[in-house]
Amino acid sequence: MTYASTVSMKVNGERRDLEVDNRTSLLDALREHLHLTGTKKGCDHGQCGACTVLVNGVRINSCLTLAVMHDGDEVTTIEGLGQPDNLHPMQAAFVKHDGFQCGYCTPGQICSSVAVLEEIKANLPSHVTVSLTERTRISEAEIRERMSGNICRCGAYSNIVEAIVEAAGTRA
Amino acid sequence: MRAFTFERASSVEAAAKSVASNPDARFIAGGTNLLDLMKLEIETPTHLIDVNGLGLDKIEATTDGGLRIGALVRNTDLAAHETVRRDYGLLSRALVAGASGQLRNKATTSGNLLQRTRCPYFYDTNQPCNKRQPGSGCSALGGISRQLGVMGVSEACIATHPSDMAVAMRALDAVVETVKPDGTIRSVKIEDFHRLPGDTPHIETVLERGEFITAVSLPPPVGGRHIYRKVRDRASYAFALVSVGAIIQSDGKGRVAVGGVAHKPWRLEAADVELPKGAKAASGALLAGSRPTEQNKFKIDLVERTLGAVISEARG
Ligand SMILES: Cc1cc2nc3c(=O)[nH]c(=O)nc-3n(C[C@H](O)[C@H](O)[C@H](O)COP(=O)(O)OP(=O)(O)OC[C@H]3O[C@@H](n4cnc5c(N)ncnc54)[C@H](O)[C@@H]3O)c2cc1C
Ligand code: SF4
Ligand code: FES
Ligand code: FES
Repeated sequence: MTYASTVSMKVNGERRDLEVDNRTSLLDALREHLHLTGTKKGCDHGQCGACTVLVNGVRINSCLTLAVMHDGDEVTTIEGLGQPDNLHPMQAAFVKHDGFQCGYCTPGQICSSVAVLEEIKANLPSHVTVSLTERTRISEAEIRERMSGNICRCGAYSNIVEAIVEAAGTRA
Repeated sequence: MRAFTFERASSVEAAAKSVASNPDARFIAGGTNLLDLMKLEIETPTHLIDVNGLGLDKIEATTDGGLRIGALVRNTDLAAHETVRRDYGLLSRALVAGASGQLRNKATTSGNLLQRTRCPYFYDTNQPCNKRQPGSGCSALGGISRQLGVMGVSEACIATHPSDMAVAMRALDAVVETVKPDGTIRSVKIEDFHRLPGDTPHIETVLERGEFITAVSLPPPVGGRHIYRKVRDRASYAFALVSVGAIIQSDGKGRVAVGGVAHKPWRLEAADVELPKGAKAASGALLAGSRPTEQNKFKIDLVERTLGAVISEARG
């Protein structure tokens, strides 16, 4: 057995074959191997959310998972959500509401918030969900709690929440 | 991070054998605790066995009316499961009080039970720590101990087990199902699963080398109000200073388990008996013989008050 492995992933809709040292995190594979530098490294320890990407539609911290564990998976990064001339509605809402200052946490915030709306739609409970047996509804409190895994050093939180509320198409 | 070889387990038995035959091999599930510690070289496995592909991600009803949770069920999926929400609400509540959405999407039932302490000195590789390096000493005694344990502590270690989920499982009388490398299976009650630190704080559970967790089962539901209250330094995405998980029946009887106070989720039958008398009596029984430090003695009052709030919520 060797210290390296080959992995094949679908990244932003395109099949990518990689040869990686087993130690390579999914985050480093995206940034250093595939040069998709939209996804950011903040803490590298699961504490900030800057590295959030969608794997098979589910948001995870790409810093705390190994690239070799994603053979066959579909990964969506901020580059795959939308492009400058074709923004994802969440990206457009962040721009409109100034949901950032320096922008470093933003790709993670956007990937996370896209998944948060899906999670509420799928009726997954959160820490602030009032009843476990009734349908979960979109509210500012739900958005804040569900976004707590994404830290913003610039403190753009209130604008981030406004952007997500708008993208949700709901006045909460 | 140290270099390691990597393999995808083909069966539970093969995975257990593989770990048993190499003292430096580890299972990897969600990876959210193991990889964190490997980056810091606190964990230094030379071989990883990925156990995600073994089909252990199902939640099934048991013939006795309980529930069997596969070891690899993600924390998110467990918290959202219909039966868990309806009959074991305490477990859903404890799960969603932990970590972040992203982490819960990866974290597994078995990995959560086996996550290691958040003692700051365990993470600080420049300081002695008996858990990280047996025999080197405990920096927390006489150091920063605000977060650490008050019950079942020893001269060697005062760390706590940081899991929220485990507190709920303790109150629910969960049973951990395992397979040993020789193929024998056993069931370990959650109360016996985690060990107190004693003079071997690096040995945290009763699991043997290579022993693999296949599932956690819950007995039939007991009804009652299910409440989990977690007190922490910020409102979300922080470990508990203290947490209280309780199931309280309409007559005031019930059970209570507490997190953030010991090397394992803390529950005593004597305290359950006192529960109908109120928070003071129950927390007095639960924390009898506590050995707090100057910095964490606030936890004694905090448990009583948090339990008081839980009891009022149950009545309300
Ligand atoms: C920033 C941050 C905040 C967090 N906050 C909280 C919190 O508030 N509350 C909380 O409870 N937790 C919290 N956590 C911890 C989180 O819950 C754990 O990291 C997670 O549950 C571990 O599960 P995993 O599947 O990723 O484990 P892994 O990292 O894959 O494994 C952990 C250990 O378990 C072993 N293992 C895994 N599966 C098996 C098996 N089937 N049989 C035998 N051994 C096995 C592995 O070998 C490893 O030693 C936090 C984590 C982070 C990074
Ligand atoms: S309390 Fe335990 S984990 Fe913390 S420094 Fe002491 S020995 Fe290490
Ligand atoms: S870089 Fe992954 S959570 Fe901070
Ligand atoms: S915009 Fe600067 S960290 Fe969030």
